[in-house]
Amino acid sequence: MTAALSLRPTLYEELLPAGGHTSFVLKRGQLLRITDLEGDANVSLLLLNATEKSERLNLPDSLKCQHTAKLTAGHCLYSDMGRVLAAITADTCGWHDSFGGVLNAVEVEEKYGAGRYQELRNGFFRNGVDNLLVEMGKWDLNLQDLLMNLNLFSKVTVDSQGCFHFEAGNSKAGNYIELYAPMDTLVVLTALQHPMDPNPEYAPKPVQLSWHKIESDGISVLCRTSRAENDRGFHNTERQYL
Amino acid sequence: MNLTHSDKLPAAAMYRHEIPAGEPFLCEVKAGQTLRLLDLQGNQAVDTLFFSAKNPRERYDPQRTLRKQNSVYLTTGTVLYSNLGNPLLTITADTCGRHDTLGGACAQESNTVRYALDKRYMHSCRDNFLRASLHDGRLGKRDIGANINFFMNVPVTPEGGLTFEDGISGAGKYVELKAAMDVIVLISNCPQLNNPCNAYNPTPAEVLVWD
Repeated sequence: MTAALSLRPTLYEELLPAGGHTSFVLKRGQLLRITDLEGDANVSLLLLNATEKSERLNLPDSLKCQHTAKLTAGHCLYSDMGRVLAAITADTCGWHDSFGGVLNAVEVEEKYGAGRYQELRNGFFRNGVDNLLVEMGKWDLNLQDLLMNLNLFSKVTVDSQGCFHFEAGNSKAGNYIELYAPMDTLVVLTALQHPMDPNPEYAPKPVQLSWHKIESDGISVLCRTSRAENDRGFHNTERQYL
Repeated sequence: MNLTHSDKLPAAAMYRHEIPAGEPFLCEVKAGQTLRLLDLQGNQAVDTLFFSAKNPRERYDPQRTLRKQNSVYLTTGTVLYSNLGNPLLTITADTCGRHDTLGGACAQESNTVRYALDKRYMHSCRDNFLRASLHDGRLGKRDIGANINFFMNVPVTPEGGLTFEDGISGAGKYVELKAAMDVIVLISNCPQLNNPCNAYNPTPAEVLVWD
């Protein structure tokens, strides 16, 4: 093992197939890398405090305290308790979207037509609301907890009139984002197309998930020092472990 | 910006209530009724959440609302959609021109991040939301999602920046919404004292309802 790899041993790897959904606890000091395998992936993501699940990702708080609408390396993802659920320690894509949300079953059928399990088996047309709800249900969470989600690998810009523009081709094959957890964080995600992706075909893309153990929290320095706000966010996070 | 006025007369309103600066407020508005929120002295953030009165688990969904109108600002013509995909209310008049739904509500915890650790013990919108929700009994912490900040100007730049600009509201500006279903209206008349967008001076707002 090289020195570089020994600093962040890989704990586990898994392919999240197109349309798939999963959830797991990313433990304090672990890092999750999500890799777009084919290009044009989209991953809808929610985060919660694994030990007190009423504490959830708060996108408005995350955006306003960092004065950004896009999310990329150096940014933190905040809970409603002013803590850092995850820090974006690396990102080769450059822009992750906070506007688009997820489609429900009706909206997916309106966009792509009918795609039932009965005909398509596991290729049936899934939707983000149901995929996230199913995963959250496994942790005894429900519709109340389906808050604003992030859409990783997707870029939506806002013009001077306030209109949205989906920017195709934002993510290339091999692009990845890394999420470092300074606390035990429940991660809920699904790999489905972005709701504003104009492609009329149902064609979600797979992503690779890999879990790493980080021996030193020096990996979070970029996020911790990118803004004074984030230094205070880490302070709040570490207060849990006094 | 397109400003639209209403011909509704305050004297004909079936309900009027002035929310003092920094106070919570909760009421119901029935399907077909019109709700006006009035910025009495200018640039006051009126942090607002809407819920279905029949099923309070059904609530305002900011991402669906923005996606369906393909625009980041709320103004006349905006339909406020629920997390179940149903219209809750429609904005029918707006003399301010632009309202924010990305900036969220102030909280003790977010104040420690945004301003300083010792700002924790100042009054906040989240305190107001929780106080009104828990006394009402139908709502709790997990029902509180991202809210609307009526009268707040939070532009998004083409580069993805989020800026808090000086307000474009003023004394007497208002927004009107017609309810598509019976809704619970939950308001915190924002007590934030750390942000220049309200000139560090929270002021009262008025709620009016017409049949």
